[in-house]
Amino acid sequence: MEKFEKLTGIAAPLPLINIDTDMIIPKQFLKTIKRSGLGVNLFDEMRYLDDGSENPDFVLNQPAYRDAEILIAGDNFGCGSSREHAPWAIKDFGIRCIVSTSFADIFFNNCFKNGILPIVLPQEQVDLLMQDAERGANARMEVDLASQTITTSDGETISFEVDSFRKHCLMEGLDDIGLTMAKVDAIGSFEKQAEQARPWV
Amino acid sequence: MSPKTLYDKIWDAHLVHEAEDGTSLLYIDRHLVHEVTSPQAFEGLRMTGRTVRAPDKTIAVPDHNVPTTLDRAKGIENEESRIQVEALDKNAKDFGIHYYPVSDVRQGIVHIIGPEQGWTLPGMTVVCGDSHTATHGAFGSLAHGIGTSEVEHVLATQTLIQRKGKNMKVEITGKLMPGVTAKDITLSVIGKTGTAGGTGYVIEYMGEAIRDLSMEGRMTVCNMAIEGGARAGLIAPDEKTFEYVKGRPHAPKGAQWEAALNWWKTLKSDDDAHWDKVVTIRGEDIAPVVTWGTSPEDVLPITASVPAPESFQGGKVDAAKRALDYMGLKAGTPLSEIKIDTVFIGSCTNGRIEDLRAAAAILMGKKVKDGLRAMVVPGSGLVRAQAEEEGLADIFKEAGFEWRMAGCSMCLAMNPDQLAPGERCAATSNRNFEGRQGRGGRTHLMSPAMAAAAAITGHLTDVREMMQPENEPA
Ligand code: SF4
Repeated sequence: MEKFEKLTGIAAPLPLINIDTDMIIPKQFLKTIKRSGLGVNLFDEMRYLDDGSENPDFVLNQPAYRDAEILIAGDNFGCGSSREHAPWAIKDFGIRCIVSTSFADIFFNNCFKNGILPIVLPQEQVDLLMQDAERGANARMEVDLASQTITTSDGETISFEVDSFRKHCLMEGLDDIGLTMAKVDAIGSFEKQAEQARPWV
Repeated sequence: MSPKTLYDKIWDAHLVHEAEDGTSLLYIDRHLVHEVTSPQAFEGLRMTGRTVRAPDKTIAVPDHNVPTTLDRAKGIENEESRIQVEALDKNAKDFGIHYYPVSDVRQGIVHIIGPEQGWTLPGMTVVCGDSHTATHGAFGSLAHGIGTSEVEHVLATQTLIQRKGKNMKVEITGKLMPGVTAKDITLSVIGKTGTAGGTGYVIEYMGEAIRDLSMEGRMTVCNMAIEGGARAGLIAPDEKTFEYVKGRPHAPKGAQWEAALNWWKTLKSDDDAHWDKVVTIRGEDIAPVVTWGTSPEDVLPITASVPAPESFQGGKVDAAKRALDYMGLKAGTPLSEIKIDTVFIGSCTNGRIEDLRAAAAILMGKKVKDGLRAMVVPGSGLVRAQAEEEGLADIFKEAGFEWRMAGCSMCLAMNPDQLAPGERCAATSNRNFEGRQGRGGRTHLMSPAMAAAAAITGHLTDVREMMQPENEPA
């Protein structure tokens, strides 16, 4: 997995609440058997008009935000399905960090497996970052995972919380499966004990 | 010992390892797999030379992409869909896992066939690369959806890295009124708590109204726990659960059955267990409901009217404006005046035999409104066969419904069963998101009986007006 240490980039404002996984990547793009190439279809139904051309009103189509690497979003981002195509599409577009007041559980998990940092902040701070993001391409924010801070374009610093294990994995780019494989003995002895306790499983 | 919830008990019984910071390794008893969220995971195994650790605990079925037309034996037309299903065929064979191909009568929606085949049992941990895995919680098993990276993790290690969630109790007291079903319960809960109300929690549903539900109804309730943001929804197993499980192909038999039963009977929350959040709703207060917007929390009794966006607060004001715009609705319109074009009965929420019985009971001897498209997609081949045996299929067909083969179908419209832009659908599925049933399609969620009533009148309808008065208490 790609490491996440520090990111300085443009933040795009997306103030809608309850942005669901069907909005992030509609089902017609779930038919792939690959993880890559989904970026062009990120937010497909909001991003493109019925004739397939770009919707000029959508934030990521505006010149200032085409290269956004950070997303500031409304409450409950990523609700809906478990499709990992959602973070794959986000990452493929080039976004590595999402800030919101809350995220849906499975989506939140999926981000960490893909080198994306989801940050939960209180409403006032999300509002502040939203305003900053609305200033466009010159307003670059810095997200520093080591110090767990976001620095706005005005130099204001906001701290955020992150689970220590997930932080460690992101910063080192660690693969979960490899880590768990190292505990194979514990899994084996659990299986023996479970076989005794619940042989019908 | 300190008192525990059911969730605590199942969690503890499956804990392989817990780090100091609370990061835990949880053993997985059943891993269900479908074609959409698994190809990248199997590919990952191949690339790293890993194998499936417990193929006998891994069960695969294609459901999302499969055609549900009667002639589907001739193959899948859409190339990408076909490739995905063929990839699952191959992966199941190469890795030696249990498999129900499209041609098998036992094929169906993954969350319907797990319980049907007896793979899902009380006290188990069940995962699937699908958010509606919560369905299996109806058996008192800890069941939740995972992403594809986690699918790969479970395939390789039969474990999942987790942090324990919090405990939430949702109690539905008393009795339901006539015409009110499990779907109305689960939608009403989401209406009350919001789609993020359960985030970080595992919900246990309890109370008399939940106890009174059949296993099918309990699955409907748990199915939508995820729509309320919860990681999983649970209902403690009882005699109904054991009765449902007994004799299923993969349920324990003989002495093992007795041993299992002994343990299953201990699977309930202790009286003085701690709850981080409690929600209580009186069963009598629940009405038949429909959704009006583009989030499952946008739900109201059928007797209400489309709400004004200004009646909400915060970000919901804009969200409601956007939803009404998308849905083509005006504030103040009575919900029962909303005309529909299509009716979809099916999905892992309401594609079981009891759902088809409820819809057929309303449709008996009636006709679908002229010009309306109506389809029934049974949740599995076996549900379909049973419905044919019980004569339900004939009722649907005579009413003017299409009688389809099993699959996810128009619940998410990955196969050709889709809404056209602007088309409005009364659906028994679980998501009314923008574009869910087809780009620009408009979805109103409701119970099977309510969907059947709408099919007859051509508009959203209070099913209670169609129920035989003699069946009701005076
Ligand atoms: S029926 Fe719908 S919700 Fe259920 S598994 Fe299929 S697509 Fe998902």
